[in-house]
Amino acid sequence: MRTYKQVFTELKHPALIPFFVIGDPDFDTSLEIVKAAIDAGADVLELGIAFSDPIADGPTIQKANIRALSAGITVERAKEFIAKVKAYKDIPIGLLMYYNLIFQYGTEKFFADFAKAGTNSVLIADLSIDDVDEIYEPSRKAGLDTVFMVTPNTEIERAKKIAEKCTGFIYTVSLLGVTGGRDTLSDMIKPLISRLKSITDVPVCVGFGVSTPQHAVELAKAGADGVIIGSRIVKIIEDNLSDKAVIAKEVMKFIKEVKAALS
Amino acid sequence: MKQNGRFGQFGGFYVPEVLIPALEEMETAFYKFYKNEKFVKELDTLYKDYAGRPTPLYYATRFSELVGFKVYIKREDLLHGGAHKVNNCLGQGLLAKYMGKTKLIAETGAGQHGLATSMIGALFGMNTKIFMGAIDIERQSVNVHKMRLCGAEVISVKGGTETLKDAINEALRYWTANVADTFYLFGTACGPHPYPVIVRHFQSCIGTESRQQCLEKIGKLPDIVTACVGGGSNAIGIFSAFLEDKKVKLVGVEPAGKGIETGKHAAPLNAGNVGILHGTKMYLMQNKEGQILDTESVSAGLDYPGVGPEHCYLKDTGRANYVAMKDEDVLKIFDIFTKCEGILPALESSHSLAWVYNQKGKLPKDTTVVVNLSGRGDKDVDIVERNKIK
Repeated sequence: MRTYKQVFTELKHPALIPFFVIGDPDFDTSLEIVKAAIDAGADVLELGIAFSDPIADGPTIQKANIRALSAGITVERAKEFIAKVKAYKDIPIGLLMYYNLIFQYGTEKFFADFAKAGTNSVLIADLSIDDVDEIYEPSRKAGLDTVFMVTPNTEIERAKKIAEKCTGFIYTVSLLGVTGGRDTLSDMIKPLISRLKSITDVPVCVGFGVSTPQHAVELAKAGADGVIIGSRIVKIIEDNLSDKAVIAKEVMKFIKEVKAALS
Repeated sequence: MKQNGRFGQFGGFYVPEVLIPALEEMETAFYKFYKNEKFVKELDTLYKDYAGRPTPLYYATRFSELVGFKVYIKREDLLHGGAHKVNNCLGQGLLAKYMGKTKLIAETGAGQHGLATSMIGALFGMNTKIFMGAIDIERQSVNVHKMRLCGAEVISVKGGTETLKDAINEALRYWTANVADTFYLFGTACGPHPYPVIVRHFQSCIGTESRQQCLEKIGKLPDIVTACVGGGSNAIGIFSAFLEDKKVKLVGVEPAGKGIETGKHAAPLNAGNVGILHGTKMYLMQNKEGQILDTESVSAGLDYPGVGPEHCYLKDTGRANYVAMKDEDVLKIFDIFTKCEGILPALESSHSLAWVYNQKGKLPKDTTVVVNLSGRGDKDVDIVERNKIK
């Protein structure tokens, strides 16, 4: 299975990491969209399992969660989805989700089952490094990489602790706030990348508010090892719900633009 | 964090990383000030002169005759703002002031916490935003009006069930983007650490006073102390002083809504299981996968799928019992109690009164029961009327 390490070592430019909510707007369309993203040049995938109360997410991804849940997505079906993506192409897949779904599934079983399906890491939006013991061993035992978040208000000593526990990459939040497209990059992100680069060799991937090819280029120049684009892409899905056939094409077009800008 | 904020397996601080520094700052400030002489003196003065503490412990003569045992009512409904919520808001508001914060946000269901926060925002001259579900705005319009009169901005939360749960989601989202200068004045003994500890502390005045008043008035401790439980702040406030008095039975009353068997209720301690939401591990209303279920209660203030972690712990250890009363019983007792005593109980508090009424004929006549009347029912008269029409 292709690893994060291979991606970050082999790529000559920052990894392009699109985010999708699994099953948005429905299972089959979602799979077509993700395949299109892979074909367009995604280097890593960040996939969300829909939760009814996603407190770290802004309105765009909240709505995607609701669409996926309404269309019948479940944790079991999400596992199936990952296996199908992996069968299409061996691309690293990071999950981004909320703790209650894992807790109800059974933490150890969740990590084991999802590793088997083809997941590379599981980032839990509402579980901080302080509770790392609840998931670290099950995660490592399943052979998964670990990914935790660092935000602009994370103090340096805490960031070091987080970096020590990240074997995949550091999910670096560009701003103080929830997910969502923004017109301009937060001025907090460049100093944050520099700070992280000075304390760790773990790849630094930046998400939240990254919305345009220009943002990706700016982050690349600032030293980011990966750019995570979520709400901007999810919005393409939302804007084309009346004609699902168009969605994959539009997503592909956007990802190609970002990829070209990064390459 | 200095402490893990656990009550047995419950509690903790399951929040996005961006909120950790704000919770740490709050925890540090709380432990720095809560026993600080100046802070305590200032808070005591506000409790007395602004809120109207101590509240009386009233012997409900006619209601006692009706049920056949002795019922005492802790009159939190007499506080400024009409509910116990002001205790916590004065405490947290003062803490915010000592921390140098200038902006307050809060979530609210029935509007009592929103109103209390708005009052305290005005009192301390702070910019105040209140997040409230669109449905709750409609069913608690009088409180919304009062909040606005106090100068608060009321933000209507659409999406989800448009009730308290979604108001909390939205307030948390807002806070993540504004942690630097904004104090989140959390309304109940729930949420991430240190909130359950902070809210319990600022509500413990209810229990401390009640215990003392029982000794003075009855000459002994009561046999039973009961309170309604949504998030659980008024209940933990009164229970806290009696936890070590093992002979005092503690009874929390959850909303059974249309009936536990219908699934249309908000009684996680009676019909939920352990999960994680809004930063804390607690009993939750959820499906097998962990998706949070919609709740239903005639009382907006109790319409929440979770419950404070300390209550979960008290349930599991058996120190407190938790029961549930249906909407129809709650509405019935609202009418009975008001006609008996000339006191309009909040629909929240009517849950515990309904449980007391349900004990008619089951308890010896010398039994003494203290009911925490957490708020007044003026805000609920339209709901009561609408339900009568149906």
